[in-house]
Amino acid sequence: MPKHLLNPNKWIDLYADYLFNYTITRVNDKEMAQDLVQETFLAGLKSMKNFKGEASERTWLISILKRKIIDHYRKINSNKGKAEVRITYNSDTETEGDWLEEQVADPFDKTAEDKIQNEELSDAIYNCLSKLPEKQATIFRMKTIEGYETEVICNELNITSSNLWVIIHRARTALAACLEENWF
Amino acid sequence: MGKKLKIGIPCSEANCVCDKAQYDESSFLEKIKLNIHLLYCKACRKYSKTNSKLSSVIKHSKITCMNKKDKECLKKDFEKAIKENNLEL
Repeated sequence: MPKHLLNPNKWIDLYADYLFNYTITRVNDKEMAQDLVQETFLAGLKSMKNFKGEASERTWLISILKRKIIDHYRKINSNKGKAEVRITYNSDTETEGDWLEEQVADPFDKTAEDKIQNEELSDAIYNCLSKLPEKQATIFRMKTIEGYETEVICNELNITSSNLWVIIHRARTALAACLEENWF
Repeated sequence: MGKKLKIGIPCSEANCVCDKAQYDESSFLEKIKLNIHLLYCKACRKYSKTNSKLSSVIKHSKITCMNKKDKECLKKDFEKAIKENNLEL
């Protein structure tokens, strides 16, 4: 008997943000990331009968998403090489013959280690977030990640502001404890 | 006024102010009260420390999520797909 079952009706609520965050750290384009997430869900739906129940739902969806991301890079890479534009040579004596664009410092250039750490960190946060009760996770996400005003959240979810702060407090305590174990 | 300005606050309130401070939503007076409380309360000092650590970690991670509108669009499309798929099966 399979241990894990698939329930596509809850996929979007449970995993959309996690998959989106996972994708955006890897493709760096919001629209593209959304398309990839959507494709992943659809592909998951189509191949539901191939799910053996060995991995959790989320792991399974991530493995589909990884394929999609690789496919995406294959697709753009085949055209990218042809369309590369070099601007001009540098005429300074010292650096003669170098491409101009190679001398510009890339403001987004971080060390690879930094980048990996960032990716792993946000994965870890989502991991911990998914362990919280749904209400806590939703409110924490709206407040901290999406940055909504307290009032907006209160109106939307029909709670009082003191109620909201209690929930935030619980979420923060649980998150800190979880991250303490897995990250700090 | 007969009411005296209360300086000492209980731990629960201190924690609440500390949470609010993470989102820049506590007033100046509240912050002073919190800091006085932290002077003598070790447990709250610890909480305050992990709390700001959590904030900085989240900021550092540049974590994102989908915005609500896009998510609802996605949801609608996906629900349609579920229906279509069920018909085929």
